[in-house]
Amino acid sequence: MTTETITQDIPALQVGGYTLQNRLIMGTGGITDLEALEKALVASGTTLTTVAMRRYSPDTKTSVFSMLERLGIDILPNTAGCYTVKDTVLTAELAREALETDLIKVEVIADEHTLLPDVIETLEATEQLADRGFIPMVYTIDDPATALRLENAGAAAVMPLGAPIGTGLGILNPHNIELIASRANVPVVLDAGIGAASEAAQAMELGCDAVLVASAVTRAQKPTAMAQATRRAVEAGYLSRSAGRIPRREHAQASSAFEGLINPVEELT
Amino acid sequence: MLTVSINEEDVKLPEGATLVDAVAHLTGRELNADGTPVDGGRLGVAVAVGSAVVPRSRWAATELTGGEELEIVTAVQGG
Repeated sequence: MTTETITQDIPALQVGGYTLQNRLIMGTGGITDLEALEKALVASGTTLTTVAMRRYSPDTKTSVFSMLERLGIDILPNTAGCYTVKDTVLTAELAREALETDLIKVEVIADEHTLLPDVIETLEATEQLADRGFIPMVYTIDDPATALRLENAGAAAVMPLGAPIGTGLGILNPHNIELIASRANVPVVLDAGIGAASEAAQAMELGCDAVLVASAVTRAQKPTAMAQATRRAVEAGYLSRSAGRIPRREHAQASSAFEGLINPVEELT
Repeated sequence: MLTVSINEEDVKLPEGATLVDAVAHLTGRELNADGTPVDGGRLGVAVAVGSAVVPRSRWAATELTGGEELEIVTAVQGG
């Protein structure tokens, strides 16, 4: 079976009114070489990629925007750098106007050292953005209760962190991620913390619907290779999850029958 | 001439200038009256005046009088 055939077995994901074709969402931060970024994005197969909103400067111009347009990759603007509801809503409105999309990755952080989400502000921002017709995909802590609150506030997807942004520590609390995924009525996207492809597969096996990866690819020694690995890991994780894992057991269970065994050879003395 | 602040830098624009002129000045691209680039494609920028987003459809009708504080943003790498 070719990779293409397997990929076709993985259905698209509905996020609010948006159809996510590929379950690997990519970030664009953490890499200075735009050409290398482009290669990595193409290798990842991603159809949705995040950008941040910043003041227009003649130096930065609109290079990322043009590149994503040229590659036909949909844009997921984030509200990175926002600390308050007010800043988050304004940033989202600017993103919608500039990029002509209702998608918004809601990211309200508590402080710049941990970059952990401020869930109180996040909850309020989510409610306001949903009211304003956005499709909020909400970065949050790995807490099942908070995930449900966000869903009820209008989140189109909840995006719990595996570990703090950029740490590459993997999924620190797999039990909570699994619990969030099992109880959510909206898609769950594992966001932040992934360091290697295997952890993307693990996220999918735990029941996440998609994975967002930035640093793990863009800061890898070979971004293109890690992009390809992560793409396959997401596919593998999805298929593994849907295949149904065996239950965990205390003791070994032989897979070869004991019947018909030859007589043991007498021990030589 | 009138002076407005664009991304916290003072910029002089001719009397009667609108938001279309301000955006064209900053981006260095020629714009149609509806705010789209003359050379085609999408501009990918948004404008806020005093913390309120002004949709592109209203740029041409928004005349500047001087002293306004404009934020003009675009997508950059991130996330």
